[in-house]
Amino acid sequence: MLTDITLGQYFPGNSPIHNMDARVKIVLLFIYIVAVFLFDNHINYGIMTAGAIGVVLLSGLPVGTVLKSIKPLWWIILFSFGIHLFSTPGEPIFKVWNFVMTKEGIIQGFIISLRLVLMIAISSLLMFTTSPLKLTDALESLMSPLKKIGFPAHELAMMMTIAMRFIPTLLEETDKIIKAQQSRGSDIGDGNFFQRAKGMIPVLVPLFISAFRRADELAIAMEARCYQGGVDRTRMKQQRLHDVDFWAGGIFSVFLISLIVVQFTL
Amino acid sequence: MSIELKNISYTYMPKTPFEHLALDDISITIPEGKITAIAGHTGSGKSTLIQHFNGLLKPNKGTILVDGVDIGKKNTEAKAARRKVGIVFQYPEYQLFEETIAKDIAFGPRNIGCSEDETQERVKQAMDFVNLDYDKYAHRSPFQLSGGQKRRAAIAGILALQPKYLVLDEPTAGLDPKGRESLMEKFRRLHKEKGTTIVLISHNMDNIASYADNVIILNKGKVTMEATPEEAFSQKELISQAGLELPEVKTIMNELAQNGLEIQNNAYTMDKAVEEIIEALRRKGKC
Repeated sequence: MLTDITLGQYFPGNSPIHNMDARVKIVLLFIYIVAVFLFDNHINYGIMTAGAIGVVLLSGLPVGTVLKSIKPLWWIILFSFGIHLFSTPGEPIFKVWNFVMTKEGIIQGFIISLRLVLMIAISSLLMFTTSPLKLTDALESLMSPLKKIGFPAHELAMMMTIAMRFIPTLLEETDKIIKAQQSRGSDIGDGNFFQRAKGMIPVLVPLFISAFRRADELAIAMEARCYQGGVDRTRMKQQRLHDVDFWAGGIFSVFLISLIVVQFTL
Repeated sequence: MSIELKNISYTYMPKTPFEHLALDDISITIPEGKITAIAGHTGSGKSTLIQHFNGLLKPNKGTILVDGVDIGKKNTEAKAARRKVGIVFQYPEYQLFEETIAKDIAFGPRNIGCSEDETQERVKQAMDFVNLDYDKYAHRSPFQLSGGQKRRAAIAGILALQPKYLVLDEPTAGLDPKGRESLMEKFRRLHKEKGTTIVLISHNMDNIASYADNVIILNKGKVTMEATPEEAFSQKELISQAGLELPEVKTIMNELAQNGLEIQNNAYTMDKAVEEIIEALRRKGKC
């Protein structure tokens, strides 16, 4: 069923990772990803993997759920592994026609795959442990310095919040409309390409109409509450740093310093 | 013949943290030729249940028989059985999509392979039935209609399929009292004239009291009662446990009985209640 899809993907919880300020999480994630692509010492890969595993365990999420997030990108990982396998010059192990598989290729392919896996796993951990609302609030706050050069940080964050808020609603609506039309004997998703495309019309037309209706209603509701974007808005939930954020920052600094030390001494 | 549900269980989003058991081992029978009401609080599983009647949802466990045919199978017989059941969803006006009302109503009959003449005939009948004048409305856009008219046009779209079993999910939600009554009267007429079996999903007990032959009460995915309205409304505790309220008439009658008027207290519709009260007063010698 359509509504069975988890979007937004937030798993409520009470772990230190959940409780961290979203801004801190985003900044640390950003630095981590840069680190993953910057440091190429083998011991460092070990440290970074250990760090990732540690954070996942600390979040208290089922490990399977985090691993599942890698699934959609599985083919990209496999593809880049393959490319590196055959395109890295070095000691040949195996030859098929014009393609030479090298020992360096295996290592390089493995490293690239590991980098991708780490990046995806940690990014999805951010999505899993942060509610979409907090996430957009954090993005707005991180982007707010750009307001000085006329960048519409608040409006952008508001649009993202609204879009995310309505994804489940529209999915539910789509599901309802599909079922209603199926009850009228329509075979959605059957037949050849043209028949299927034509079969989408009875779903898309009502869906668009209802999306516009909802947008209209929301706009009126916001106006009725005298909504005015951007300027001097206060928040119900102020974003404040807590102990857990300083701890996270401290631990992450130690992690980062050890990466740098290993990189330049070994 | 009937719709028979045997030990139906259904879970939403199984094997995730959001897993939710919506229907728990439900066995009920919807008898042919009757008006059966399914009542329950929000989230009791009513809407999930009716989606099983024509195979929109497949149960995790259990079987559904429509006129003795297992609709879970993949043969043509099962498909034909599924088509005997027409479902009018909540707010059906949101499923309109065609350029004209006639085309929209014709969508169903065309899908099930009716000939062009047959389709046109069915469209005319259905529009006539819901009081939409064919000559006036057939070639108008459904989006020009008022809310109540849209609702009726959408219902006509289901009626044109001429289902043997008509399932109505809160058909009167969002209508004014007058519109509510006239719509319910139309369904009653359909039931009387064509013998269509009607399943009425509602949490409005007044509606159920005046139209239903049987009541099935759902609470948290389980059937707590399957009875006639009379029996059902006499069990005040079970009704309130399910998060429902007695019909207003029944509440008034209960009050009267409590305050010493010797009535039989079987009535749950306005007409019967009036009769009982008059009778009670007569016995008292006041009338």
